Amino acid sequence: MRTTRRLALFSAAFLALAAGAAHAQDGTKIRIGTEGAYPPFNYTTADGQLAGFDIDIARALCEEMKAECEFVTQDWDGMIPALQAGKFDAIIASMSITPERLEQVDFTDKYYNTPPAVVVPKDSDIQGVTPEDLAGKTIGAQGSTTHANYAELTYTESEVRLYPTAEEYQLDMGNGRLDAVVDDIIVLQEWLNTEEGACCRVAGTITPVEEIHGPGVGIAIRKGEDELRERFNAAIKALRENGKYKEINDKYFDFDAYGE
Amino acid sequence: MSLSTSAESARELPPPELVRRWTRARVAGIALLVLWGLVGLGIVLFLVTSWNPDLFWRYVPRYLSGLWVTIQLVAISMVAGALLSIPVAIGRNSKNRIASGLAYAFVYAFRGTPLIAQTFLVYYGLGSFRPQLEAVGLWWFFREAWYCALFAFTLNTAAYQAEILRGAVASVGRGQWEAAAALGLSRLTTLRKIILPQAFLVALRPYGNELILLIKGSAIVAIITVYDLMGETRRAYAGTFDFQTYIWAALIYLGMVEILRIAIERIERRLTRHLGR
Amino acid sequence: MESVLTILSFGPEGWGDDIATGMMVTVSLALATLPFGLVAGYAIARGKLLGDPYLRAAADIYTTIFRGLPELLTLFLVYYGAGIAVRQVMRLAGADTAIEINAFVAGMIALGAVFSAYASEVFVSAFKAIPRGQYEGAYAIGLSHRRTMRLVIWPQLIRLALPGLSNLWMILLKDTALVSVIGLADILRQTSIAARVTREAFLFFLVACLLYLVLALLSSIVLSAIERRVTIEGARQ
Repeated sequence: MRTTRRLALFSAAFLALAAGAAHAQDGTKIRIGTEGAYPPFNYTTADGQLAGFDIDIARALCEEMKAECEFVTQDWDGMIPALQAGKFDAIIASMSITPERLEQVDFTDKYYNTPPAVVVPKDSDIQGVTPEDLAGKTIGAQGSTTHANYAELTYTESEVRLYPTAEEYQLDMGNGRLDAVVDDIIVLQEWLNTEEGACCRVAGTITPVEEIHGPGVGIAIRKGEDELRERFNAAIKALRENGKYKEINDKYFDFDAYGE
Repeated sequence: MSLSTSAESARELPPPELVRRWTRARVAGIALLVLWGLVGLGIVLFLVTSWNPDLFWRYVPRYLSGLWVTIQLVAISMVAGALLSIPVAIGRNSKNRIASGLAYAFVYAFRGTPLIAQTFLVYYGLGSFRPQLEAVGLWWFFREAWYCALFAFTLNTAAYQAEILRGAVASVGRGQWEAAAALGLSRLTTLRKIILPQAFLVALRPYGNELILLIKGSAIVAIITVYDLMGETRRAYAGTFDFQTYIWAALIYLGMVEILRIAIERIERRLTRHLGR
Repeated sequence: MESVLTILSFGPEGWGDDIATGMMVTVSLALATLPFGLVAGYAIARGKLLGDPYLRAAADIYTTIFRGLPELLTLFLVYYGAGIAVRQVMRLAGADTAIEINAFVAGMIALGAVFSAYASEVFVSAFKAIPRGQYEGAYAIGLSHRRTMRLVIWPQLIRLALPGLSNLWMILLKDTALVSVIGLADILRQTSIAARVTREAFLFFLVACLLYLVLALLSSIVLSAIERRVTIEGARQ
């Protein structure tokens, strides 16, 4: 019957579209997942290109590992499930190494470590970053991040609002809906230097808590892919030693982002 | 009772055997039911094996609070939308070109664009007009995500409800209007005592559908930081990466919608019992 | 605020080209979902009307599930869950393959399932509105089952089902906006990114709404044309 055969061909084509290998290829091509909404570490320019510290480090690492890198943008919330499902082979998106994440994925060594901070409007009367300073205030943070985690655990007297991306809480801060926001100090500084960020100032830095913030930001890979992890670790070390890291670092920061 | 008294005709024949043949449809039906059974079994097994009591009890209060937020959001929007839909429906039917044009534009705009885009427009879009809103004293309203969500949902459902109302009133035959006019009843009295009770019967099923659609549409509010049932589910998933968070949410939503659907069907059956349909 | 024209332009500084790509994605997602939704909806409607109670029960379960779940939840269940489900089933069968469902296909499956659930109801009421006499007349003049369907029933079915299906198509167009939540670069996602980066939220979300209105307008023009072709002037529809 013509229709049945047509239907069969159709379904075959459809399944072919949907299916795909879920394992990393033989190592010469690495797909890297990133968010593209976290300037200056990873962001999207007006012509749709990815740029930022994470992107530059990723390219340098791939060059060091003699591998071809392809970037895949992914929303932050779905980052780890997408890695596990095989949409890409590594996450280079300023993802901190935390115990909960280590249950789901493996991490390489850190490639930078910067402290978190709280930003408030310039005319705000908030002077510090203790729970008492922020009691009764509305605090914004990006969901599923260590900063949101920290805010929910520490600022129990405040209302914590979670946004899908950093840019969205920045929008709301600019609109005056939030009394304070918590995020990485570099990201906040970058925003404060823009026209919209001129409304606000840093209230203070937060001392990182090891269990919540982890030892730093690393590259996430699927559990068990030790070979890939060692390749990345070796490349990170090489970048630190041959000065390429410093070159990229100085492009964005005037201090060493690697931290202790 | 037959008139003949012979023994054979007095013997009542049993009814003919109901032949249940194994048609292709029957086989397909049973196969599919077995498939559904397996899916259900698979889900139950999944829930049982990934059962984590302390994770469960940690998230139950969150789910309940999310459910409460959903119920509040839907109930308030539905009622406010119903109130708003009355002038819109009147506007649509009016002879005044400006009124009917405005009403038509309102209905077209809110039925032609996705609810999620409308919500973004209200929250982030109107949110960027803080100085102007402060000048008219409305900033306190648009500052809160909760009010923004209510606002967007109310406008959206008002547009749909206006059309339902119009359709229901139009479905009542002209004869009713003419008879009422013959009796000398005013337009308002005709509407109240004759037309609306009949229109209500026609409108019941569409209103029920609209309520269900609103419940399903409310799943998007987490995007503007209002944590309803779906929002809490996504948060739970982001914290645990355990897929059962979505399964529980699906069960709760299905339960809610089914209970509503059956309730509306019962009400409709009871209210139309005089029609013998 | 940079000139509105610059940020909407199609050049490297403007977001116009990104939003245009988004529009293509929206339209292609809706068009790709439509045939699956229609075919599946028709099949389920036949299942409900065949008379066998078991088949009807199976079809009713499908309809209940996909009309009862929020579309966003169905989308997540397909996007995150289908991969897991297939992996588990494969593991039971002994193989260890995984399939990766991209956002477009997840959108197609989820929206197609929802569309088919509602469309099946439209088809059922359309079938019920066709009098038995049509089938009997076709049998009387010796038409086979296939030819009956093709020459007698389907033209009437299309005419009766068109209003319901048009409505469902409009709903499908709007539901495609949900795929922005799983990262597919449709109209809403592209305008969201533009809104976030340029901070011109009102402008870009307004543009998004206007684009959806344009799509709705185009659709209603096409659907009116189809309706005109299909309607018999003067006859009782």
